[in-house]
Amino acid sequence: MNEPRPPAVALEGVGKRFGSGATAVDALTEIDLSVAAGEFVSLIGPSGCGKSTLLRIIANLIDPSEGSVLVNGKPARQARLDQDYGIAFQQAGLLEWRTVQANVELPLALHGMRREERRSQAAELLELVGLGDFGSHRPSQLSGGMQQRVAIARALARRPALLLMDEPFGALDEMTRERMQSELIRICAETRAAVVFVTHSIPEAVFLSQRAVVMSPRPGRITEIIDVPPGTRDEDFREADAFYATITEVREALRARTREGSP
Amino acid sequence: MLLLALLLLAAAWELYKLAAPDDGVRIGDALILPRSDDASMPHLSRIFEVFGEQEVAGVAGGGTVLSSVVDAVWYSLRLAVAGFAAGVAVGFVLALAMQRVRVVERALLPWVVLSQTVPLIALAPLVYGWSGNLSLFGLDWQPWMSVSVIAAYLAFFPVAIGVLRGFSSPTPVQTELLAACAASWWQTLLRLRLPASVAYTIPALKLAAAAAIVGAIVAEISIGLNGGIGRLIISYAQQATGDPARIYAPIIGAAAMGVVAVGLVGLLGVALRRYQPEETA
Amino acid sequence: MRTGAVWTGRVFSGIWPPLLFGIGFLVSWELFVLLRDIEPFVLPKPSAIFEQLGENLDTILAAAWDTGRNALVGLALGLVTGLAAALLASWLRSLEELLTPLTAAAAAIPIVALTPILNTMFSSTSSTPRRLIVMIYVFFPIFINTLKGLRQVDPVHAELMRSYAASSWTTTRIVRLPGALPYFFTGLKIASSGAVIAAIVSEYFGGLQQGLGPAITSAAAASAYPRAWAIVTAAIALGLAFYVVALLAERVAMPWQRPQGELT
Repeated sequence: MNEPRPPAVALEGVGKRFGSGATAVDALTEIDLSVAAGEFVSLIGPSGCGKSTLLRIIANLIDPSEGSVLVNGKPARQARLDQDYGIAFQQAGLLEWRTVQANVELPLALHGMRREERRSQAAELLELVGLGDFGSHRPSQLSGGMQQRVAIARALARRPALLLMDEPFGALDEMTRERMQSELIRICAETRAAVVFVTHSIPEAVFLSQRAVVMSPRPGRITEIIDVPPGTRDEDFREADAFYATITEVREALRARTREGSP
Repeated sequence: MLLLALLLLAAAWELYKLAAPDDGVRIGDALILPRSDDASMPHLSRIFEVFGEQEVAGVAGGGTVLSSVVDAVWYSLRLAVAGFAAGVAVGFVLALAMQRVRVVERALLPWVVLSQTVPLIALAPLVYGWSGNLSLFGLDWQPWMSVSVIAAYLAFFPVAIGVLRGFSSPTPVQTELLAACAASWWQTLLRLRLPASVAYTIPALKLAAAAAIVGAIVAEISIGLNGGIGRLIISYAQQATGDPARIYAPIIGAAAMGVVAVGLVGLLGVALRRYQPEETA
Repeated sequence: MRTGAVWTGRVFSGIWPPLLFGIGFLVSWELFVLLRDIEPFVLPKPSAIFEQLGENLDTILAAAWDTGRNALVGLALGLVTGLAAALLASWLRSLEELLTPLTAAAAAIPIVALTPILNTMFSSTSSTPRRLIVMIYVFFPIFINTLKGLRQVDPVHAELMRSYAASSWTTTRIVRLPGALPYFFTGLKIASSGAVIAAIVSEYFGGLQQGLGPAITSAAAASAYPRAWAIVTAAIALGLAFYVVALLAERVAMPWQRPQGELT
């Protein structure tokens, strides 16, 4: 009954160069990474390490200069055309002129779903993110955290196998951020989607993911992949020894690279 | 690019003359496309020719059309500039007052904003009776003063709004910075608000210049002031049956007047470009 | 509930300074003319103006109707041409580059001065020249503002639509057009009041003797100054009416911009 799902993301030898000649910038070099189906992986590193670029390459919003990108077993472009992933950015990017419900329905409407089906799907998704009563509100009436939740609901609209998130909680305050992290864990457990999550917060990476991919800049590359010990992700985990130990591990991986690579 | 656009327009003009019926195109009783005979739409070459003609045929010593137009433009321009200067000065002072005293802003700004939406130009004919009958501070009211007053009146409003907006444009961070340096209201004005307002003042001055020009021309027509370009347009228009191409001359003069006025403000903007943000395409 | 009361309170405190100023202005005007014995040709009393407004209401309304009709037709024509040009220019960069210097030149030129030319091109007994002047006047703010709106797209929205593999037309329909609406309405508000202004000013350049402009001129020439001022008041009211309609259209078309209470 359970046929093995292909890896959500398979990157081999991926590189990206901007510009040419003497002024070329190697945003990414020799990226090899595999994300299993249903796995939560975060990309963490300082500015300029290429994590956002890598996310956009997976999303087929940018083309790599070299290497192969497979999403859900298909080339990235095909995966985008088939709508195999959902994406959420740092700004929620909701369309102010649509209601919350209409915003969640957007990806469904674009690919021809009928109105009743769209409506019930969107309602379900809003329930999932805890905003079931806010369907007819306007985005301007919602706080930042709520808008981000709508953006996540929208990203899940087509029940994708992969969720791509580019620092979605970056604009929120710390308390809201922690709340949203717990929400996200719950949502992922229910949808069984794989997640590639870009962040520059170490505790966030450790709390959310099963593996933390540490990256460093100039040129952008993966320096280390750290396994986060399994365990229930609840508020207790934030105070567990394993949590702090892993945070330290990630921090040192980041620092080691910085010491090596800094001028 | 402007040259190309003008050339295309010129080509369109001559092409229309070629292709369209002499009597124009009608729907029912109403003309929707203009008549294209030589009386209604002279050839462009004819329009240029007109400038060289004697103003009054057969009168020796009279000037050419070109010289008449230039004289009239010079006359009107001075009136418009006088009005413009007065309007800008008063507008500036009002903006200062509105910035300094919040109550003044709350009481006056709605009216000033509202005035942008209503045809103030309708007041132009009303100054008709002032000349010859009014005496202010011992000075007899001259007709040309009415023209300048109208120009000033029309220039005043955009300047007041634009300058106030410019004075209010600094961010809270910037005003807080100056407050932390114990700067007085005057210093804050000089060092922060004034430079910040340049980006808003220049477009407002362009609007005001264009408004002053139109106001001056319309006022001249309403008052019947001789010597100005407004009067020249009307008198040539009345002679139009005799020589239809002639009316283009003063109108081109008026257009040139507008371009010169706005262009001068533009030059001011270039001189002050240090205070304006970079224009991104 | 609380938000409603707070909002009304804010509106109220916002209204009384300008309202008081307006009333005070009219009162001091009346007193000034009265006490200093000012002749009506300089400045009539507000009460005299009001009286003339009532007495001549029929003729004034007829004149307003003539001017208003010209303004309306010109506004409609200018809207259609301005929108079409903006849509085309957002699509064809070359068109935009051609039109932009023209718009800068047009802002400097007193467009109404073209009226006599149009009077000979059409006929001086037709309303078309005035309507065309209004059309030209309206075209530019509509064109400039709508084009600006069409050109700017929030980068997040652009990336989102790309992630949906949406076609270029779909992106235009879903993101670009609704996003351009606020800019269009900015242009419409300028254009609608500008239409009335252009309609009236073009009446000063000869042609038919209908409309508010000639009515004002003839009243002034006949030294009937309170009546002239009364017609001016009607002209102002007409301009205001056009502007208010544009304002209402904006509110109706973009309900999401209305200030509402915020939740957390």
